[in-house]
Amino acid sequence: MTIIGSCRLPRTRTPLPRSAVYITGFLPAIWAFYLGASDALGANPINALERILGLWALRFLLLSLAVTPLRRMFRINLLRYRRALGLLAFYYASLHVWVYACLDHGFNWIEIGANIIKRPYVTLGAVAFVMFIPLAMTSNNPAITMIGGAAWAKLHRLVYLASIAAALHFLLVVKSWPAEPVVYFAITALLLAFRLVEPKKSLGFAPEFKARPARSMSRN
Amino acid sequence: MDCFLFKRKDWKVLIGKIRDLRSSEITPRAAYLRRREFLAALGLGAIGAPATVAAQFKTRETTDVFDDPLTPKSSVTSYNNYYEFGPQKSDPGAYAGTLTTKPWNIKIDGLVAKPGTYALEDLSASTMVEERVYRMRCVEGWSMVIPWLGVSLVSVLKRVEPLGSASFVAFETVVRPDEMRGQNGLFQLLDWPYVEGLRLDEAMHPLTLLATGLYGEDLLGQNGAPIRLVVPWKYGFKGIKSITRITLLEKQPKTSWNTLAPSEYGFYANVNPAVDHPRWSQATERRIAEGGLFTRRRPTLPFNGYADQVAQLYSDMDLRADF
Repeated sequence: MTIIGSCRLPRTRTPLPRSAVYITGFLPAIWAFYLGASDALGANPINALERILGLWALRFLLLSLAVTPLRRMFRINLLRYRRALGLLAFYYASLHVWVYACLDHGFNWIEIGANIIKRPYVTLGAVAFVMFIPLAMTSNNPAITMIGGAAWAKLHRLVYLASIAAALHFLLVVKSWPAEPVVYFAITALLLAFRLVEPKKSLGFAPEFKARPARSMSRN
Repeated sequence: MDCFLFKRKDWKVLIGKIRDLRSSEITPRAAYLRRREFLAALGLGAIGAPATVAAQFKTRETTDVFDDPLTPKSSVTSYNNYYEFGPQKSDPGAYAGTLTTKPWNIKIDGLVAKPGTYALEDLSASTMVEERVYRMRCVEGWSMVIPWLGVSLVSVLKRVEPLGSASFVAFETVVRPDEMRGQNGLFQLLDWPYVEGLRLDEAMHPLTLLATGLYGEDLLGQNGAPIRLVVPWKYGFKGIKSITRITLLEKQPKTSWNTLAPSEYGFYANVNPAVDHPRWSQATERRIAEGGLFTRRRPTLPFNGYADQVAQLYSDMDLRADF
């Protein structure tokens, strides 16, 4: 468990740069578009691309939600990467929506609008994406300074609602109850349940908490 | 013959298609099939070709074939819904090889004069097998064009002599958890066996096929080997695979997807762009392997384009209520 080890090392040790998270995070998208361009995504490439991008959006979203529980329960501090994880989730969600609107529906806005109104899984996906937008727009230091840490923290609780919508979106797109979306929904529920169990304690909403020394983060 | 129906430009299109097929990655078998269709189109089908080619051609002529190239065999055999082998489209292709399909018997019982257990070879002797090119429209909004081999269901039903009281036909897929991994484990997607059904007049319709092969070869496991139902004017889930039992009944039988979600999947499940599905728009469809990432959706046709042949079966029904 090198991660646990490294977070207990003296602070002089240089942490993994955030850019590494972005670069690694974009590899699945690059790979997916490469496969798509080389006709290697199977018989239904548009659907495959939608699924891959949507799944990675959900994965990064859940990773960003896992930062606090990991820190609190296992003292693994990945707080400095949380913004990157959240933004990656947004970037993947944007690509997912773009493939849906452009490749899947050829920017037929009437058809897309009808789907959003009539099909619960599309409705939930659209709701999740719309909620992501203010979160992504305020995921930078000037925005935090502008709206203030407390308001920022309050706004970013939207991510809980967005994640429920996203997990339900995945669950409703398939017939019957296959394992994969059920498992993702269960993980989402667990991560959110953690917030319900200990809602009062500082969960590190605002970035200024990242400056706290590791010791004070243990439970008192 | 049917060749009177075609204009000169259609011939040109056909010739062009044959050239395209030869230079493309589609299997040589497809090119071979194309050539025979071309001969049939010229009225030369009778020369050195079995009578079934004419039947096949007749079918194709009614399906707007000249805008309808075959879906490549590689797609037909790699993109499948067959939940007995798992929920992913690639699962059946990866795992269906474990199903033992020889020997294969089909029990035919219920309201028939000659019930019994019939060997597959007995029901689909090679002399009876026809080649038919049908559109296949999945309820999920995608479609294929598949050259099936098989026997008409009516030919099988006539042999067992349905009684006057029979009004429905029920079908059952084999249950073999040791050979079908989707029938094991925590996430069972449906109750097994998979069951499907048709009204007797639908079952007796000449388009209704018991398929035993595609692209000129025996069916692979992922396509429902060794014998499966093909009803081209209905959504794909009606096409029950690896059939082990056929029962004639007085009353409408239970069917798998209809039982799981009656508001989403009707018993009839006729392809109908006017009846919406909560998950997928049925107004349009995407033809598999047509143009890669830039495949545009195409409008879905009532009865999947077979309205002239089958619409009269439902003339007294409200197809919005009985979807």
